[in-house]
Amino acid sequence: MKLELRGISKAFGSFYANKDIDLVVDDAEIHCLLGENGAGKSTLMNVLYGLYQPTEGQILLDGKPVEFNGPGDAMAAGIGMVHQHFMLIPVFTVAENIALGAEATKAAGVLDLQVTRKKIREISDRYGFDVDPDALVEDLPVGVQQRVEIIKALVRDAKVLILDEPTAVLTPQETDELLEIMRQLKANGTSIVFISHKLREVRAVSDVITVIRRGQVIDSVGAETSTTELANLMVGRAVELNLNKEPATPGAARFQVRELSVVNELGATTLDAVSFDIHEGEILAVAGVQGNGQTELTEAILGTQPVAAGSISLDGTELVGKSVKQVLRSGLGFVPEDRSVHGLVSQFTIEENLVLDLYDRPPFAKGISMNLGEVKKNATKQIADFDVRTDNQLNPASSLSGGNQQKVVMARELSRDLKLFIASQPTRGVDVGSIEFLHRRIVAERDKGTPVMIVSTELDEVMELADRIAVLYKGRVNGIVPGNTSREVLGLMMAGVSAEEAFAQADFATSANEPVEAQPVPLETTEPTDTQEGEAQ
Amino acid sequence: MTATLPSMSAISVLPSKKTPIIFSVLAVIVLVSFGLLGNSQTASFSLTSAGDAFSLPDLVFPGRASNIVIGVLLAALAAYSWMLRAKGRVLPVWAVAVGAVLFVLAFLIWVVSGANINSISLASLLAGGVVLAVPLVFGSLSGVLSERSGVVNIAIEGQLLGGAFTAAIVASVTQNAFAGLVAAGIAGAVVSLVLALFSIKYLVNQIIVGVVLNVLVSGITGFLFTTVMQEDPELYNSPVHLPTIAIPGLSAIPVIGPILFKQSVIGYLMYIAVFLVWFGLYKTRWGLRVRAVGEHPKAADTLGIKVNRTRFWNVTLGGIVAGIGGSFFTLVAIDSFTKEISGGRGFIALAAVIFGRWNPLGAFAAALLFGFADNLQVMLTIIGTPVPSQFMAMMPYLVTIFAVAGLVGRSRGPAAVGDPYVKE
Repeated sequence: MKLELRGISKAFGSFYANKDIDLVVDDAEIHCLLGENGAGKSTLMNVLYGLYQPTEGQILLDGKPVEFNGPGDAMAAGIGMVHQHFMLIPVFTVAENIALGAEATKAAGVLDLQVTRKKIREISDRYGFDVDPDALVEDLPVGVQQRVEIIKALVRDAKVLILDEPTAVLTPQETDELLEIMRQLKANGTSIVFISHKLREVRAVSDVITVIRRGQVIDSVGAETSTTELANLMVGRAVELNLNKEPATPGAARFQVRELSVVNELGATTLDAVSFDIHEGEILAVAGVQGNGQTELTEAILGTQPVAAGSISLDGTELVGKSVKQVLRSGLGFVPEDRSVHGLVSQFTIEENLVLDLYDRPPFAKGISMNLGEVKKNATKQIADFDVRTDNQLNPASSLSGGNQQKVVMARELSRDLKLFIASQPTRGVDVGSIEFLHRRIVAERDKGTPVMIVSTELDEVMELADRIAVLYKGRVNGIVPGNTSREVLGLMMAGVSAEEAFAQADFATSANEPVEAQPVPLETTEPTDTQEGEAQ
Repeated sequence: MTATLPSMSAISVLPSKKTPIIFSVLAVIVLVSFGLLGNSQTASFSLTSAGDAFSLPDLVFPGRASNIVIGVLLAALAAYSWMLRAKGRVLPVWAVAVGAVLFVLAFLIWVVSGANINSISLASLLAGGVVLAVPLVFGSLSGVLSERSGVVNIAIEGQLLGGAFTAAIVASVTQNAFAGLVAAGIAGAVVSLVLALFSIKYLVNQIIVGVVLNVLVSGITGFLFTTVMQEDPELYNSPVHLPTIAIPGLSAIPVIGPILFKQSVIGYLMYIAVFLVWFGLYKTRWGLRVRAVGEHPKAADTLGIKVNRTRFWNVTLGGIVAGIGGSFFTLVAIDSFTKEISGGRGFIALAAVIFGRWNPLGAFAAALLFGFADNLQVMLTIIGTPVPSQFMAMMPYLVTIFAVAGLVGRSRGPAAVGDPYVKE
């Protein structure tokens, strides 16, 4: 089915999230929408899916104008969408989730899940999905949940499938599998709109790439466009994709975690005998697919998660059992993974947010009162240092963009004298320009001699920053490898393969002189770590 | 990708000490207070009531001896529980249930053997418990219907009270009990409509609306009671009652006959309603959609389900159910309406919703338990127990608190309950 958007605009108040967008998706085409977070890609797709009404413009299917008053209309017209945050009900089975909204029923509205199960098996067999219709969705790994979402769209006869940032939650191997599924779908005549900001995947699978910036279409280009060109189009200026950091000069092991275990309130072991060291002047990146113990690890170090067993020591001082305040006072700088919930008080001003963990000591505290002059001075300085874009430091933190919020959190944490710096997902949802800036700051902290721990689910980021990489899998450290380890090896380790085995498998693939999955674009030309990958192979 | 990590090493975190401690304490209480210090007289429980087709022999227990035996059994259970905990395991559910039954039995033997009359009718204890549970069951079904769709229903008390009042006045004026029954349903629906309107359309905090509604209904019915009903009780407050229908033959079966086959219309409706709500929620398209809306409204919305409309009708339906339950007070149980006739049972019904884990069958069982505790209190006061009646009067509420806090612990309700759904 041919899909056409003509002059679509979507305004929220006076702000245009989309302005005058034209887009044509041909029959059986994989069309990528490339753009930074907040560029307006998801808004556009929500308009297409009937969740938002366009302020202006027209949607045409096979040349005929259509109007969607809700997702039901869009689905009836043959449009399916896999949302970035899955629209699945965790306590329902796969079959119930897929039946929902289009239930097969017997007399008097009694559910007939047998019909749904049959359909699921059909689609599952055709694409090799291996999905059990009677499994509870909350028990399934994220990759399988995504397949459930795809089945959900296919059961409803989707001719156009929208995939909104589908790879954000996947391991590199799962990503490759998804790309393969996308090619199969295309071969069966389904058109795909693929939303992403990851250049590697976009180039690997797309027929056409449309770049969106600040709600407007910048250009439509082919998949042969180079990563640098795509990045420049996306950001709107020349971007330095490589950090080119100096090699680390690690000193003594200052931070030590030994046999650390965490058990959650349901009694499941979420962190299982984790041990590692971080040396002076070194960045240890903790890689892994989301939900493999990263959150528990950082929270256990900070002291907000009860530790079941093990020890955490910083410069010889035991941190387990100390209060959060004591831990912070012993020299920990901590950037939490969700800045808007745990990093900032969004209704407080930027000034106040910059002293959230410093307010009670000099120079900001004076007896029982606060020295507001110092708070103001501090804010002015930090905002200048970290290039926080705001017109007034008395604005609430919520008024800032994601990247600038993260700069505020980072500025606050780095403004103390640190003995250890931990940042979780330091650049999640941050624009490319700010990513570069934040990365340089993290490296600068390392160069001052501070042990640094970065937790990231973005492999690009891990490879960019790490001097050493610890891979977490199901709550365990599945090996610690050098910072220049290849993407393939890391991907295998993130899926649970041991380090040795992963190196062996990757070597085999390389020596056989073909990539693991047949790809139109060879993996070697990926961004932004071309040089590092080159060195590894 | 064949090689994977070895399986998780077990970490020695022992299960909570709660269960073994509770069982140890219960064992001591039964052994010492009920057994050794208990009364040596017998306790007899009769299983037959008047009109039964055949009679069963009474169950007779020697007070002290039986309780020493039960105490030893409970102590064994406690020891078993400690032993399992040392191995990192917990007591299986059946053993917990056996322990609970044993304790209740020991308590009954102790109270009855020490009372002025050493005999109690188990048949009427159970039958009466079911009768007292009727409004609780309807109230809890109202809660289940509403909360499964994502709206907190604190207003059950108001719905029961509104139903009771309206049933009384309509059944008096029309001299037709069925008209009262229908009117009660409408009254419950009206209370619910206010809840639905404010919480769904105007996004007012659902708990606050619920609390305010309870106070409002209490105020209005109290006012109308003094200004209208008491002016002319003959005309306005002498409702015709619903007849009790005994099914010939079946109702003469001892113990279960009166419970299942000798009920008022509302009593039979209760069994039907529990089944229908359960079947509807878990077996039909309607139920799947309702549960989806209560768990993840946005997901439901992306599949073309009208979230707020579903919630609106579910809350209203809940109101009808609770209203009918309220009419039980004035059309079956009590002669006429009095102020605050529902007496906080709406809140007990709410506890039954949680205790029953938002499942109609669970809520039904919980409501029966509370009704049973309520009736036991009444009957024990009659036979004259060693325990002061004030303490006995607390029993239903103590059972509620222990049931909800102790036995259930953290139960997981619908994920989106309490959150209004607003489209961006």
